[in-house]
Amino acid sequence: MSYEIIGISVLWLFLYGYLIIASIDFGAGFFAYYAKRTKQDHIINKLISRYLSPVWEVTNVFFVFFFVGLVGFFPDTAYYFGQTLLVPGSIAIILLAIRGSFYAFENYGSKQSNVYMFLYGATGLFIPAALSTALTISEGGFIEETADGVHLLTGELLTSPYSWSVVFLAIVSVLYISSAFLAFYANRANDLPARDLVRKYMLFWSSPTIIASLTTFIFMSQHNERHFEKMLDLWWMFGLSVAFFLAALYLVYQKKQFGLAFIFVMLQFFFAFFGYGASHLPYLIEPFVTIQSGVTNDTMGLALVISFILGLLLLIPSLILLMRLFLFDADYVKGKK
Amino acid sequence: MMEFDSVLMSRLLTTLTLGFHIIFATIGVGIPLMISIAEFIGIKKNDPHYTLLARRWARGFVITVAVGVVTGTAIGLQLSLLWPSFMQLAGNIISLPLFLETFAFFFEAIFLGIYLYTWDRFKKPIYHWLLSLPVVIGAGMSAFFITTVNSFMNTPQGFQLEGDKFTNVDPIAAMFNPATPSKVFHVLTSSYLTSAAILAAITAFIILKKKSTDYHKKALKLTLTITFIFAILTAVAGDLSAKFLAKEQPEKLAAAEWHFETEEGADLILYGTLDENNEIHNEIRLPNALSFLAFNDFQSEVIGLDQIPDDETPPLWIHYMFDLMVTLGMYALFVSSMFLLFSKMKRWNEHNKWLLWLVVINGPAAMLATEFGWVFAEVGRQPWVLRGFMKVTDGATTSPHVDWIFFLFLLLYILLGVICVTVLRKLFKNNPVEVELEHRYPDWKERGGQS
Repeated sequence: MSYEIIGISVLWLFLYGYLIIASIDFGAGFFAYYAKRTKQDHIINKLISRYLSPVWEVTNVFFVFFFVGLVGFFPDTAYYFGQTLLVPGSIAIILLAIRGSFYAFENYGSKQSNVYMFLYGATGLFIPAALSTALTISEGGFIEETADGVHLLTGELLTSPYSWSVVFLAIVSVLYISSAFLAFYANRANDLPARDLVRKYMLFWSSPTIIASLTTFIFMSQHNERHFEKMLDLWWMFGLSVAFFLAALYLVYQKKQFGLAFIFVMLQFFFAFFGYGASHLPYLIEPFVTIQSGVTNDTMGLALVISFILGLLLLIPSLILLMRLFLFDADYVKGKK
Repeated sequence: MMEFDSVLMSRLLTTLTLGFHIIFATIGVGIPLMISIAEFIGIKKNDPHYTLLARRWARGFVITVAVGVVTGTAIGLQLSLLWPSFMQLAGNIISLPLFLETFAFFFEAIFLGIYLYTWDRFKKPIYHWLLSLPVVIGAGMSAFFITTVNSFMNTPQGFQLEGDKFTNVDPIAAMFNPATPSKVFHVLTSSYLTSAAILAAITAFIILKKKSTDYHKKALKLTLTITFIFAILTAVAGDLSAKFLAKEQPEKLAAAEWHFETEEGADLILYGTLDENNEIHNEIRLPNALSFLAFNDFQSEVIGLDQIPDDETPPLWIHYMFDLMVTLGMYALFVSSMFLLFSKMKRWNEHNKWLLWLVVINGPAAMLATEFGWVFAEVGRQPWVLRGFMKVTDGATTSPHVDWIFFLFLLLYILLGVICVTVLRKLFKNNPVEVELEHRYPDWKERGGQS
């Protein structure tokens, strides 16, 4: 296998990992705020903070991994994305900074404050919206290359129905994934009132998720026909995604097997995300960078792959330790430790 | 003209982000070592004062880590957003250490999370102490990897440039370039020095303003001993750095020392002013000392700015950055050695008001020294972003929006800085040492301990 294929697979896997764990985190922030506004915070907020406290940094690092790896394997993307994403990228950084630091300020520092809670909830929805811009502009049609460099066509981006459908999809997916995870986590903690509340959230956000997915499909067919055709070739991946969606919904509706239901939700997004990614190829940024044209030299590719494997050997045991201590230690989850 | 503006604004925004980030990066590297040492002494001496010290430091530390993480993410992204052409070229070779740095940090973050939440979960306290080691090592490795990138920008090697592409890339040779050993050594020792100095300053301030308990006295002695050790090591590292510059990057040393003519037996210029003809006035002149600093030999020849093309000469104001860094470093050595000397002498009181105030000043002074040293290192590389291969003006973005984004980030950092300090103050005010000691070790006093 060539380095560009290994590289893009690894990166896509990281982005998928970020998509899942960041969604849990972003959505949890929103639900915590929403619960406070509707005076239900006594039911779920303890649960949310028990989960988030030890893992919040890990979420951020997944994201850093992705963009450092992207620049490493495909340095050309640094140029095209860097030139065009200055504004949305900076906004995303600022929101991430506010979110991350305020979380720590509140959690390790002072008592709960409404401002922190609001910022924590709001940034959780704006960050995915800002970050999704990167995927949108990679579809082509939003970047112009002239003699004095590369520019973002802001007007086109802001008036494109495709671009807005992606933003909408990003936000509702966050809420859907997060509520599915929290239902599992509450169930594991045997916290039935909390479980029933987040279960309702999950059922509520499932229909916008599937509607947004379909709308994005339709607008994709208008915006980028090549990509849409290739997605149709991979119809079975999107079919599997829908099947897992229905299975997860069934389990949660029946109040059965919340763990399995969350795995189904992960698989639902796995197939949709990889179906989208595979059909995106060979382009990274259409039509400027393909994985072949943008890939780094072989030595660097090899060095990155080796360090990646060594890094994983170090990290996977540490992550397992973290999870055993906090995520899957029944006593900790129940709040006894 | 527009292009010039976006270059200048990109430099300013990078300066802003890094200038703010290195405060938290420095203590992020240094404080884990202090925590680990305090916890270890606490276990060995069976003295809860030290354990509590580690505990309270760790609690404050995690707040600064949060700011370090988010500003680190910011600079990581800004590298591509503000310097797209530089990253397109250099990304082919520096992405390995950047990638490894992320791993090191990930490793550190995982164990920091575990460390913070497992204080009372082990039967033997030494197991909990063991968890501090991956944090210390991870922090040190992060510093190592990121410093290799900066070293590479100063003395790039491990590739050939063909047209606008790197070929024959050797990422390991690039990481272990000539600047790496002295820079890594200097960054690590100065981070430990600065962190210890800041903890000592806080402790001295509390003793001056509130009360002097055994707990605080032990903390002061410990932090100033560590300050002393690393002040010496930092001086050694600084000396090695000067010798490296003389050999590999003579224009940086010459600009820093206002050394205009290549000569043997070169004088060392401290402070002073320059007139329009580059004549030096009001300086303190140490005969032949620059030659000694550069090559350990008072008669050796040191390359001057006369051998450097005008458009490749770094700005001469870095002279002040260099001098201030060295002065403040010497100050840290002076204050910590005075304290240790006073505490050795039976009849002298090391907790006298004057000495404690000098210790208080030493905290911010050490952080300023770090900032000055960093400005010296970066501006001393000008006009290059990749010395000899790419100038700063060719690496920047051409986007016209950098100016208002700069002010957005300025606001963000002011906000983060203010809230961080407020939260830290509240955190310790609401939970005084005595109360926590009583609460966590209620039976310690009866066993003969004092508080």
